[in-house]
Amino acid sequence: MNKFDELSLSEIVDEVKDGDLIGIPADYSGVPMKFTKELIKKGVKDLKLYCLPLTTIQGDMLIGSGCVSEIEAAAVTLGEFGLAPRFSEAVESGEIVIKDSTCPALHAQLQATEKSVPFMPLRGVIGSDIQKYRKDWQVIENPMKSSGNKNEPILLLPAVKLDVLIFHAPCADKNGNIQIGRRRELATLAHASKNVFVTTEEILDIDLFDDELSAATCLPALYIDGISVVKNGAWPCALPGVYGADNNEIKKYSIAAKTQEGFEDYMKNYLFN
Amino acid sequence: MIELKREELLISQLADLLVNDKHIAVGAASPIPGAAALLAKEEAKLQNNRLRVTILHSNKYNNFTDGARELFDCAAQGRIDTFFLGGVQIDGEANINLVGTGSYKKIQKRFPGSFGSALMYFVVPQIILFREEHSPRTLVDKVDFISAPGFSDENIYRPGGPKFLLTNRALFRFNKQKKRFCLLKIHNNESLENIIKLTGFKFDVDDKITNMSIPDKTRIDMLRNKISYMVAEFYPEFADRIWGV
Repeated sequence: MNKFDELSLSEIVDEVKDGDLIGIPADYSGVPMKFTKELIKKGVKDLKLYCLPLTTIQGDMLIGSGCVSEIEAAAVTLGEFGLAPRFSEAVESGEIVIKDSTCPALHAQLQATEKSVPFMPLRGVIGSDIQKYRKDWQVIENPMKSSGNKNEPILLLPAVKLDVLIFHAPCADKNGNIQIGRRRELATLAHASKNVFVTTEEILDIDLFDDELSAATCLPALYIDGISVVKNGAWPCALPGVYGADNNEIKKYSIAAKTQEGFEDYMKNYLFN
Repeated sequence: MIELKREELLISQLADLLVNDKHIAVGAASPIPGAAALLAKEEAKLQNNRLRVTILHSNKYNNFTDGARELFDCAAQGRIDTFFLGGVQIDGEANINLVGTGSYKKIQKRFPGSFGSALMYFVVPQIILFREEHSPRTLVDKVDFISAPGFSDENIYRPGGPKFLLTNRALFRFNKQKKRFCLLKIHNNESLENIIKLTGFKFDVDDKITNMSIPDKTRIDMLRNKISYMVAEFYPEFADRIWGV
């Protein structure tokens, strides 16, 4: 028996407010697509997407549906199926604000929040146009004379705290611990988020902490604010270790979404059939 | 024998550059580098050498357990010898642009973004730039946006950087001192005149310029009978298109 009250998917959707800074997992971490579908139906507005470190069809759909005002990411792409068409068009037309970043910076900003320190240093990046256009980033001279080059400039990145994170996981246990396996970036996201909700394929009548092997694969319940069982919750994205991506569907989307009209036709079918 | 495909020739060129490595990592959207790394690994095995390959978008060929940040931490620690980067545009000073064309504030054509290039380009000793399309729109005099710079000031921490650039027509080596590419090999169907015409930046030409080497039968068999199936695990579309597996 579960020792927590399971939420419905719509209860999770209601936890996301207009204007929230929302954590977006990469395509290899468990993309909550069924949740995304309901979020679009609800008509949420002005979301700020924080991608760790990239997004695929989830971000593209939210942008095409007019739910997004800003996105911070290292990439938005449909991978093997090419450019993310709604994202590209929204950036070209100036409809959304893009805060261009690079993968390790997106990780580091959340790691700062994990440690509750105001910033995190990172090497590289200096001299790029990414750095040039990020007014929220600063370069200082390395104050630690014991290491680094002489007068080494080093980049500082601000701590970022997310309002809310939703991801999809293979399973939860009866105490609300979530199996994330090797997808440890989900732990980074969760540690840096005010609220965390999980959709999962199933809830098992076990305690993942009872076994040393499974304990090492889980995100403890103390970081989780709500769980809902949603079968095939990542479709058409993959749920690593459980099912692969539906490449035919993603290809179909990539073709349809090349135009806003094609996208809207696709979405009518996707949302309501 | 079935005719050698262009992709197979490029995989073979890249594999030749990986023979001294201990650990190669392969990032997003890189089926040809991924196949080359696995080919180098299998060939090293035959010589009783162990070569590690980490393919980010694979569950099977992936050595990391600490989440997506481990690639960058591992690279920063100097534990990765070779990584591949591409670009919408690459310029003569090896600056790369993965963001888009036109001025940044009024971008004309937006591409996915810079991925991890802005750190990897600084810390991995051998960065191989790989861009199939060899044309004046991809190989430009100056990139429209610098995702990662080709070189840095002396006081910047930078153990890594560009070593080679491979396109479907040519292989260049980057000279860090001169901040300039040098043409080493060209495709058998290419002429030097045509390469000059299709390259948007000025470059040097090696004294011993040759054609791209054609892989021998052993390598082609390895590629078609073994590597193809390995690639299908993480780039199914590519493996199907090239080898029908």
